[in-house]
Amino acid sequence: MKKTLALLLALVMMLSLAACGGDPETKDEFKVGAIYINSKSDTAGYTFAHHNGITTAMKSLGMDTDKQLVIVDNVPEDKQAVLDAVDTLVSNGADIIFGISFGYIDALEEASKEYTDVIFSHGTGYKANETNFNNYFGRIYQARYLAGIAAGLKSLETGNNNVGYVAAHTTDYAETASGINGFALGVQAVNPNAKIYVKNLNNWADEINEKAYAEELINSFGCGVISQHCDSAQPQIAAQNGKVFGCGYNSDMTADAPKAHLTAAIWNWNVYYATAIKAAQACEGDASKFVEKMGGNAYYGGLKEGFVDVSPLTENCAKGTKEAIEAVKKLMVDGEWDVFTGVKLNISVDAEGKVSVTKTNAALESNGLQYKDGNFKAPMENTVVVEAGGASVDDGVIKGSMNYLVKGVEEV
Amino acid sequence: MDKLSVITSFLHAIVVYNVPLLYGTVGEIVVEKSGSLNLGVEGIMAVGAIFGYMMGCFANSLGVGIGVAFLAGVLCGLLFAFLTVSLQANQNITGLTLTTFGLGVYFFVGTSLKAVKWPVMGDYSNIMKGFAELPIPGLSKLPVIGSGLFSHNIMVYLGVAIAVVLWWYLNKTAPGLRLRAIGENPGAADSVGINVNRMKYLHICLGCGIMGIGGYYMALNMGGSFNSNCWINGYGWIAVALVIFANWSPALAILGTFVFGFFNTLKVSGSTLAAAFPGGLGWLADIPSQVFDALPFIITAVVLVVSSVQKKKNSGQPAFLGLNYFREER
Repeated sequence: MKKTLALLLALVMMLSLAACGGDPETKDEFKVGAIYINSKSDTAGYTFAHHNGITTAMKSLGMDTDKQLVIVDNVPEDKQAVLDAVDTLVSNGADIIFGISFGYIDALEEASKEYTDVIFSHGTGYKANETNFNNYFGRIYQARYLAGIAAGLKSLETGNNNVGYVAAHTTDYAETASGINGFALGVQAVNPNAKIYVKNLNNWADEINEKAYAEELINSFGCGVISQHCDSAQPQIAAQNGKVFGCGYNSDMTADAPKAHLTAAIWNWNVYYATAIKAAQACEGDASKFVEKMGGNAYYGGLKEGFVDVSPLTENCAKGTKEAIEAVKKLMVDGEWDVFTGVKLNISVDAEGKVSVTKTNAALESNGLQYKDGNFKAPMENTVVVEAGGASVDDGVIKGSMNYLVKGVEEV
Repeated sequence: MDKLSVITSFLHAIVVYNVPLLYGTVGEIVVEKSGSLNLGVEGIMAVGAIFGYMMGCFANSLGVGIGVAFLAGVLCGLLFAFLTVSLQANQNITGLTLTTFGLGVYFFVGTSLKAVKWPVMGDYSNIMKGFAELPIPGLSKLPVIGSGLFSHNIMVYLGVAIAVVLWWYLNKTAPGLRLRAIGENPGAADSVGINVNRMKYLHICLGCGIMGIGGYYMALNMGGSFNSNCWINGYGWIAVALVIFANWSPALAILGTFVFGFFNTLKVSGSTLAAAFPGGLGWLADIPSQVFDALPFIITAVVLVVSSVQKKKNSGQPAFLGLNYFREER
């Protein structure tokens, strides 16, 4: 019995050694590596959106996601854990590694120095080098501005100027602050009297309170439209239960709240992943050319690239919403105008549904408070962020240091 | 802003969001009164939630959902009872395992179902109708507190009714007395002819079934929207703590639920109350939300300290809690 077992084990070992050699065909196949914060089998949420983006992009490029995609998932934002994941992916032959969570930033920077023949691409971060390490993010504020137009037109239709916004964080993260501001400016472009109330969850995922906060905004603040910066569709469900309307985020939330949902600001992560994989393949094995092939080490795509967009408008939208959104979208796609500038759009829809969009020079002003050293209510000396007619706020500020909300927005 | 409506919706939220705690706590009290410490509340609630929601939607009936959630909880209870009563496994470890197991079942069933077709709650008219608010005639007309406390869905009333009935059962009936005797001293109970194992099996299953209904409530309250977070969201653990707070009394559990609920809901409504009453409650806006997160647990710790310092004679904790009863070693 023991001999048979020993023989069997020896056989298994030989076979596995042979397997290590691998067949030569798969060896020079291009491989994509990914590090996820949650499980790759999630059916909703952040990791799901990225996983979906990567697989969609690979399929569109004719790649085999079973053989050419290697994933390490459930990786916490811990330097050693990320470095271990990188080691695993590199030893599996990954040519490009995507890390999707902000906290991977230092580990990926270190790994890019260690493995100079592998490309590293970091989502939502700000670090990069000139060769094999870049970062990527999107101008979601542009999509939110468009969703804001839909919300603004709805508020005019219902005659309720109060608009609510359930946010994972507010001025302590530029990502959330720029999102709130983009949405608010969109609402104000249609309805200058609108007041935007923001509730701060102080948590990136807290499904129960996402619903409870939305109910507070509806019941106590009388909000008629609820927008959100959080993963779950709870604010939209609350809006439907409260017989008001809402704008979702991340994905089309119409199925969750068919009677309330107007439109959602959405990400098309596959747009970036396809671009990056193509650029990585064009490097032909020389990882140091990646940044050059991408045309820079910080990808910041928007409506123009199709990286962000709004989901198809529902029947709940007010008259003229589609035309208004299309007109403004065209301005941004053509690069004629952007959200955080000293030029304000005035959008109006007349009784026949005809849309007019005019530009006026107006200063971009904050509501006078900023986030500073842990204090959400630090006063701002100069509330004018951009002078009338001035150029846009820097991309770096929008991505990294916007710590104020615009005029007409109140955190409650 | 209408100041009175702020108070009304605050009261309303306290009840709506915290009734699952009542189900979990009352269920756990029944289990613990039989001398078994079941730490698997979180997992059992999750199992009840997912099966109750699925079958309830499938049958388009709130009653079926409640029944299936109860049965799913009973099955978990049966597993726990078999392991700890018949096989004498360690109760703490079995309970913790049941939590992991229950959450695993929850995600497995949910993810599989979502891959085929997820039932959207709004499509099932009977469930929406069944879960709609049902104002109590008379009481709900009271100013401010009326629609805050006395206008809720039927499962809120059911939870309170279960708690009251179980209080009566434990304290006023003969089987209840026998159950308490088992929790205090199973050997003595056995010697007067009480079938200890059968009583333990029955009450572990009953308690776990009640937890399952609590899970189903949570599923409905979350609008049946399945995401990468579990619906139960830690409520099972708070329920375990609430049992201590309620001193093992189902009636006190009602009070405990709303005291915990008050602090839970302050996290959400604190800034709203501050905005409505800047003079009196303005300070609420300046408290970091982490403090509110920690408050229920701080209170439990305080209660634990106070109750053990007092060494109350009338402490409701069963003396044999957490210990297995092995007849041959008596």
